[in-house]
Formats: sequence, C-alpha cells, structure tokens
Amino acid sequence: MQEHDMSWVRTEMALAQPAPASVSGPIAWVRRNLIGSVGDTILTILGILLVAWILPQVISWAFINAQWTGPDRTVCATVAQGGIQPDGWSGACWAFVNAKFGQFMFGTYPVEERWRPILVAILFVVLLVPMLMPRVPRKGLNAILLFLVLPIVSFFLLVGGIFGLPHVETSRWGGLLITLSLSFVGIAVSLPLGTVLALGRRSKMPIIKMLCVIFIEAVRGIPLITVLFFVSVMLPLFLPAGVTFDKYLRALIGVSLFAAAYMAEVVRGGLQAIPKGQYEGADSLGLGYWQKMGLIVLPQALKLVIPGIVNTFIGMFKDTSLVLIISMFDLLGIVKQNFSDANWATAQTAKSGLVFAAFVFWLFCFGMSRYSMYTERRLDTGYKR
Amino acid sequence: MASQEILREEPSRGSFVNDPRIRSLFFQTLVVVLLFGSIWWIVQNVIDNLQRLHIASGFGFLKGRAGFDISDTPIAYTSDSTYGRAIVVGLINTIIVAVAGIITATIIGFIIGIGRLSQNWLIQKICTVYVEIFRNIPPLLVIFFWYSGVLAVLPAPRDSYHLPFGSFLNQRGFYFPRPVWGDGSWLILVALVVGIAMSWFVARRARQRQMATGQQFPVFWTSAALIVGLPLLAYVLSGFPLSFDLPKQSTFNLTGGFQVKPEFLSLYLALSCYTAAFIAEIVRAGIRGVSKGQTEAAAALGLRSGSILRLVVVPQAMRIVIPPLTSQYLNLTKNSSLAIAIGYPDLTATAGTVLNQTGQAVEGVLIMMIAYLILSLVTSAVMNVVNARMALVER
Repeated sequence: MQEHDMSWVRTEMALAQPAPASVSGPIAWVRRNLIGSVGDTILTILGILLVAWILPQVISWAFINAQWTGPDRTVCATVAQGGIQPDGWSGACWAFVNAKFGQFMFGTYPVEERWRPILVAILFVVLLVPMLMPRVPRKGLNAILLFLVLPIVSFFLLVGGIFGLPHVETSRWGGLLITLSLSFVGIAVSLPLGTVLALGRRSKMPIIKMLCVIFIEAVRGIPLITVLFFVSVMLPLFLPAGVTFDKYLRALIGVSLFAAAYMAEVVRGGLQAIPKGQYEGADSLGLGYWQKMGLIVLPQALKLVIPGIVNTFIGMFKDTSLVLIISMFDLLGIVKQNFSDANWATAQTAKSGLVFAAFVFWLFCFGMSRYSMYTERRLDTGYKR
Repeated sequence: MASQEILREEPSRGSFVNDPRIRSLFFQTLVVVLLFGSIWWIVQNVIDNLQRLHIASGFGFLKGRAGFDISDTPIAYTSDSTYGRAIVVGLINTIIVAVAGIITATIIGFIIGIGRLSQNWLIQKICTVYVEIFRNIPPLLVIFFWYSGVLAVLPAPRDSYHLPFGSFLNQRGFYFPRPVWGDGSWLILVALVVGIAMSWFVARRARQRQMATGQQFPVFWTSAALIVGLPLLAYVLSGFPLSFDLPKQSTFNLTGGFQVKPEFLSLYLALSCYTAAFIAEIVRAGIRGVSKGQTEAAAALGLRSGSILRLVVVPQAMRIVIPPLTSQYLNLTKNSSLAIAIGYPDLTATAGTVLNQTGQAVEGVLIMMIAYLILSLVTSAVMNVVNARMALVER
C-alpha cells in the first residue's frame, strides 16, 4: 500500500524568485515615480524641460565659460566692452573673486596683521568642533572656553593695542570677519538674554512681566533696519556729550537685542510645552525658583525648541548682512562695494560676486540647519508621538 | 473652629527674607526704580544733546518743505510738498510692495509646497532644491542679485526685449500698456461691483438650498459668468470706452505706457521668491499634518480626489497653516524695509531721508516704529479673522 501513496511533502525550500520587473528595479521605479499617470507624465516632461533649460546654462556659466584667474577686467569683458572675450560670451568672473578674496574675508584689515583673525578662526574651529561632537567629553570646560574665554582672547587679538600688537580699529574690519564675529557674539548674547526675557514674560510679578512683554512685542513688530537705525542714531543721543560708541559695538547691541526678542518667543514656546507636573514636582522637592528653572524646566524646554533656536540663529546670521545699511561692510557689503571698482567693472562682476557671497552664506546656514536636525534626532528622548 | 483659628494665627513662616510676596515686591520695586532712573538719565542726556545741536523737538517739522524728490510717487508729490507727505508716500510704497509680494509669495509658496509632496520624484526634487537655496541665503542678497545681477545687465532701451501684449523689458524696468479709461467707464466698475455682490448672493442661496434639499447648483460657473459677463456687457453698452496707451520705442527711451522701475521690480521679485520658500515649508507641514485616515475616510465615502482635497484636506491643513503664514506675511512686510539698499523709496527710506535732513532722530525713529507696528497689527488682525473662520468649530 505504501508504494501507492501519492502524498508528497516538500523537504527543501523553493528558491526565491526575483520580484517581477513591474514592482521593483529601475523600470518600476520610473513607472511609479515619474510616469504614474497622464498628469504625472506631463509634469515629468515639464520638469525635464525646466532642468534641461536651466542646468546647462548654469554649468556653462559657472564652470565651462568661467574665468578663474586674471589681472583685471579684460579677462571678463567681451571685445566690444574692451576685453578679450568673444562677443556674446557669458561666464562667471571668478577672477574677480580670486583677486578680492582677502578683502572679502577680512575687509581692510592690515595685510601684515591678518594672521590675527586667522588665528582666531583656528581657535574657534578647534573649540567648536569638539563642542559639536556629542562623544567628546568635558563639555562644560569646552563651553566655558568657547563662550567666555574665546571672546575675550579674540577681542584682544583682533583689536590689539596690548602685548605689542598694533591697534586695529573696528572700522577697518570687514567681510566674513564681521559677519562671523557679529553673529557669534549675537548668538552668545541672545540665547541667555532671550531665556531671561522668556522667564520674565512667564513670571508672576506683574511689572516684570509687563516690561518683558512690551520689549518683546515692540522689537518683534519692527524691522531690524529700524532697530539698527535706532542704535546708530539714537544711542549717541542717549549718552552724555562726549561719550561715543564704536559703530561695531552699536551694530552688535542692535543685532543682539533684536535676536533676543525672537529667541524669547521660541524659549517661551518650550516653557509652555512642559507639563505643569514638572513645575509642581520641582516645587514639592523644595527647590527655589532658579533651581527649579535651571535644573528641571529649562533643560527640558530648551531641548524641545532646538529647531526653533537654530532657526533663530540662521535668521540672525542672514540678518547680519543688514549692517550694510549703517555703512558697515560685512561679506555682502564688501562684495557690493567692490562692484564699483573700475578695475573690475564688467557685466559679469556683480553676478559672480553675489553668487560667491550666496554660496558662503548658504554653506553656513545649510550646515547649521543640518546639524540641528542631527541634534534633534539625537536628543529625541520622549515627547515624540 | 478653635483649631482653625489657631492654624490661621500661627502660619509658620521663616524669616521675612524668604517670603515670596515680600521678595517679589522688593524685586519689582528695584526694577522700577532702576528703570525710571535710567529713563530719567537718558531723557536728561537727550535734552542736553538736542540743545547742544540746536534741534527743536516735536512734530512741527512735518509741515516743513521736503526739498527732495521721490522716484516712485503713487500720490501727487513734488519736492515742494511737506515732510509729512513724503513719509506718507513712503508708507504707501511699503504697502504696495508688501501686498504685491504677499500675493505672489503665497501663490509660488503653495505651488512649491504642494510640489514637495508630489508623487513625482523629479518635481519633488526641483521644489526641494528651490526651498533649500532660498531659505539659506539672506534676503538682501536676493534683492541685490535681482537688482545688479539680473535687471542691471538687461539691454539698453534701444534693444529692449519685446514681450507679448506690447510690453517691453529693459534696463530701466518693465513697460506695459496703460489702460486709459474714457467717458462712461464708471459703468464697468459699477457692473463689476454688482457682479461680485450678485455672485456672493448666489453662493449663499445655493448653499442654503443644498443644506435644505441636497440639490447642488453650479456656483463657480455662475459667479464667473456674472463677474466677467456683467462688466463686458457694460463695456459694450457704454460704447467701448477703454483704450490702451502703448509704450513706444524711440531712439533712446521708451515713451508712454506704464513703467515699473527696476527698484520696485527687484524688491518685489526678491521678497516673493524668498518668502515663498518659507511658505512652501509651512504648506508642506500643514498638509502632512492632516492624518492619512482623513483622506482614506473621505475616499471610503466615495468622494473623488478633487473633492477630497477641496472639502477634507485643505480646510484642515489651513488650520495648521494660517498662524505661521501670518508671521511670514509680517516678515515680508518688515523685510520690505530692505528697499533702502537699492533706493526704492519705502517708509524706511523716506523717513530716513527726512531724519537726516531735519536731524529729528527721536521723532523719525518713533514714526517708523509706530507705522510698522500699525502695519503688523492690521495684518495680524486680518489674519486672525481668517483664522477664526477656519478654526475648528467644536460642540
């Protein structure tokens, strides 16, 4: 009987077949993501046309036709404009950026003293990089060095006047030096100041609350230019006759106060998001106000609003370009000032200089936003639903 | 009773230094004293300084002759007009560029934001690149880019680009035909107003009827016919009163037509492009904030995809979108003050010129601040009304 048993049991697994071409692989991907429907196909064709129209122009302008080195405007001007390029030529004039690079970085800082800002930049990077890496220990010491010692050291290094360093007036600073130093000090001042303002706004003392609300709302309601006008025109009026303020310092005060008001609102958002039980828990432990805030509430609140804080930093970094209005020359200002250099005036100069400045700004802002996304993921210890 | 009284009589307080009420009173008094002290000191200094510089305070200077010209004047203004009028011209220019910028930025922003959520990979990437570029460079740089990078290198008026509808584009700006309203053209305006009023009425009736009976009425097409048709009818009836003043090309310049100056054009384009990137992110967050179950439930009810979007997703997304959208509108209005960098005469620019000419720094800055505060408050108020209409109506 056993020989006639027709039942059969598979003893080994069947080999897996590759997925059909219609659900995986490049063809399926194209089908799903590019030509899923009639509308999709039309959009894809329009998109391809757009890219095909813009990209070759950009590449040929920025790389193929670009002039990388040259002594003066002739390399970037067509024959009709008194240069060497054929008529109808259009390319980036990186030679202009190349020739003015020192100015774009340091302004009119004396050439023989430029090792000082470079040294500050190196110190900054050396202190910042371990600060940004979560694994490196001794964050407290690092933060003190970065936010307290470095500004003081940099101040004496950059301004000079002691230890045999020649004095360099702030009116000779410029370029990326101003952009970075303004925004660094602005960040270092606005975060604590904004936190204090936010705590004040949520304080139970009516007068302090009212003052904080008035300050925050008034500053947030007006443009930064008006604030800069205010500090550059009104501060001298506010002080006794004869006391003058450095223009750089005035811009610094304006930018910091402006950013602090925005920071206060961001931090307030975080404070409001902390459940009431945390405040009450701290109270029941017998903690005082500053202990409660410093040990329980703020660490949680600030962590919640990291994206908002970094957005404010990015906004402030971009806003430092407005000091141009009160005739200080940050990166954008000095690029713009060099357009009028007769030695380099061509149709391409402005575009090239601005694209260079845009690239530098973009690099810093994009870096900051990516780092904030990384931190957000790393610190994401709850609250996320 | 007795025990309660005992409790009330002997509240075990430590030293009065630790009493929160006394401490709060002490700190607030301290702050007030410090504040008034410094204000008094500042006021003394300001009075001293103003006397030393021989500047009279007060707003009397607004009646003085301005003596400077303004390039864009939406209302009649000459250099003989008063300082006050110059500031008003600036304020109107600010409002014009802000409103135009807000409308364009909203349109571009919504398109890009929806594009970032598209199923289509290419469209999604293009929109992402747009957002990442414009979000990360300063608005002032975008303005300069349009002004000195794009518009300043356009051809001279002699070789202007010819665009459709008899418009021209060159170094000196954008020229388009200016409509000239003849006799009887007020009829067209009246017809337009009547058309809008009637379509509002029709929409209301149609809604009431649908609520009551379930019958639908083609509101969109009726309104379109009313709003476009009535003015057209009025145009024909009043004997074609509208003609166009076309820009004409002469040897060195264009004459006639309506000229949009490059200063306005670059400010407007830059603000629109820049703010659109932020609006796109807000729109994306808003649409993603509507849970997928809503879309699926609507589909299960048998709604078509257009109706799902219009009736279910967008109304819920708008609730998330409107508050941050308001703050972007406020930012755009405030960023319009960057006009001063390219010489478009907005509020900051004209008030700044007045301030420099008269030396009335305190009053000038005060006028600027109040004007911007009022603009911000008006924008917020309008958006709050919109928000209230969109907000969730709970039981």
